Amino acid sequence: MHAPEAKIAIEGIAKVFYKKKQSILALQDITLRIRDGEFVTLLGPSGCGKTTLLRILAGLEKPSAGHFDVRRTDEQKPLQSMIFQENGVIPWMTVEQNVAFGLNLRKLPAKLVKERTHYYLEKTGLTPFAKLYPKELSGGMKQRVSIARAFANDPELLLMDEPFAALDEQNKFILQEELLRIWEEHRKTVVFITHSIDEAILVSDRIVLMSAHPGRIVAEKRIDLPRPRSVEQIRSDPGMAQLFVEIWNHLQREVQGARSEFKPCKG
Amino acid sequence: MQRKVVSNMKDGFARPHDEESALREWRSRRRARIVQQTLTGASPVFLLAVWELLSRTELIDSRFFPAPTSIVGTFFDMIASGEMLSHVSISLLRIAAGFLLGTVPAVMLGLMMGMYRPMKAFFSPLLMALMPIPTLALMPIIVILFGIGEGSKIVTIAGSVFFPVVINTAAGVANIDRIYIDVAKNYGASPKAFFFKIALPGALPVMMEGIQMGQAIALLTIVAAEMIGAREGIGYLIWSSYKLFLFEPMYVGLILISFFGYMFSLLLRWLKNRLVPWQ
Repeated sequence: MHAPEAKIAIEGIAKVFYKKKQSILALQDITLRIRDGEFVTLLGPSGCGKTTLLRILAGLEKPSAGHFDVRRTDEQKPLQSMIFQENGVIPWMTVEQNVAFGLNLRKLPAKLVKERTHYYLEKTGLTPFAKLYPKELSGGMKQRVSIARAFANDPELLLMDEPFAALDEQNKFILQEELLRIWEEHRKTVVFITHSIDEAILVSDRIVLMSAHPGRIVAEKRIDLPRPRSVEQIRSDPGMAQLFVEIWNHLQREVQGARSEFKPCKG
Repeated sequence: MQRKVVSNMKDGFARPHDEESALREWRSRRRARIVQQTLTGASPVFLLAVWELLSRTELIDSRFFPAPTSIVGTFFDMIASGEMLSHVSISLLRIAAGFLLGTVPAVMLGLMMGMYRPMKAFFSPLLMALMPIPTLALMPIIVILFGIGEGSKIVTIAGSVFFPVVINTAAGVANIDRIYIDVAKNYGASPKAFFFKIALPGALPVMMEGIQMGQAIALLTIVAAEMIGAREGIGYLIWSSYKLFLFEPMYVGLILISFFGYMFSLLLRWLKNRLVPWQ
């Protein structure tokens, strides 16, 4: 049986950073195929290059080797939009202007911009805050702005760089569910980054486990839980606890393995 | 259990003697505030009263330190004769023209330097070399180049305003958080959109600080520039009065400088609140 054509095809991507006279291999031979509408999470310890890989997909870095292709369905749509980590909301624009940012840059008709901006403001519960500046919002609200901005831009694929890492746990749960709810509407292809195993299990169709120094793909886990999902449901599912332990064991080996490489061997 | 604790506390706060003590505290705070405000208002009045007294009794030389009331008298005489208007208007005109002539190119160059590294590499050493030279020290050269008339005074002010503004503007752009540049790039901003939506507004707060600094320097410069080869203006008023031993008009000049300095800083603060509502 042949898999449906990939939405994103990543072929042998490597990335080297140069620091003074040293070179650091951040990514090594990353090959990955992502289906249309698939929610894929890159999970790994810090330093595993997952952010670098996402930045390459976002067009913010160039790979040192390899390439990737995104299959377009609509020439009018932007290729990708990113939900940044905290502070990605632009402070000199109001909430509304932030959400409309991508649409305005593409010079879409004012009516369409307004319509789509208001739709996603409503979806994220930001309508009452539309005219405020980000400094007046809490961390969770700011991240909602970031989410609304990316969805409103209606790209071929969504990239998310640890969007909830800076939030407290309660807000994190709420926003995770909100994100999933909004995502369910159109089921765009997503590449999501996190170092939280729980978060990865909750949101993903597939988890790609990465190791550090150099960043490589070491394993994949499929999460076949039905959607829509909720935090409670994942927490109370014994199968998920098993999965958590499996992933944890894997990552633990990777983290400790990477650490022991730097230690001198015992006699 | 929990409920009981809460209700006990509530009772505690509602007890009459506590209400009284809260009222007492509020009153004593208000009294302290009134005392402070009175002190703030009283200090200049006190200084003027002492000055008046010392001057009238000739305990200080009233030729050099004329009584405030006589300075105020001169102030109103000068308004009535129209002399004040001519000095003030010409000075304000020079400041406004010099300020614009200095600020506009400084903002443009500063933005360019902040956005394009080669521009910065090229212009930084020139700025660093020229900045420490007081523009007033260049006045002879400026007079040779621009003549003794209005041109040289406007250029002198422009020169002194230029440096703080250009340096703050470049620093303002350079200090824009990296992530906003990534956001703009990721959402496909054109160079023009990047300039108007990210670089300019992002640099604005630091740029405004430079402009405020420039305003203070412009005021310093106008007085000194008008002491050299001017026939009118607040600086001329101060200098010529001093040379003629007419100290009342000299103090009037000083009062005018203080007044306009305060007005300009109020104006710029208002402008900053309008331009940077997001801070």
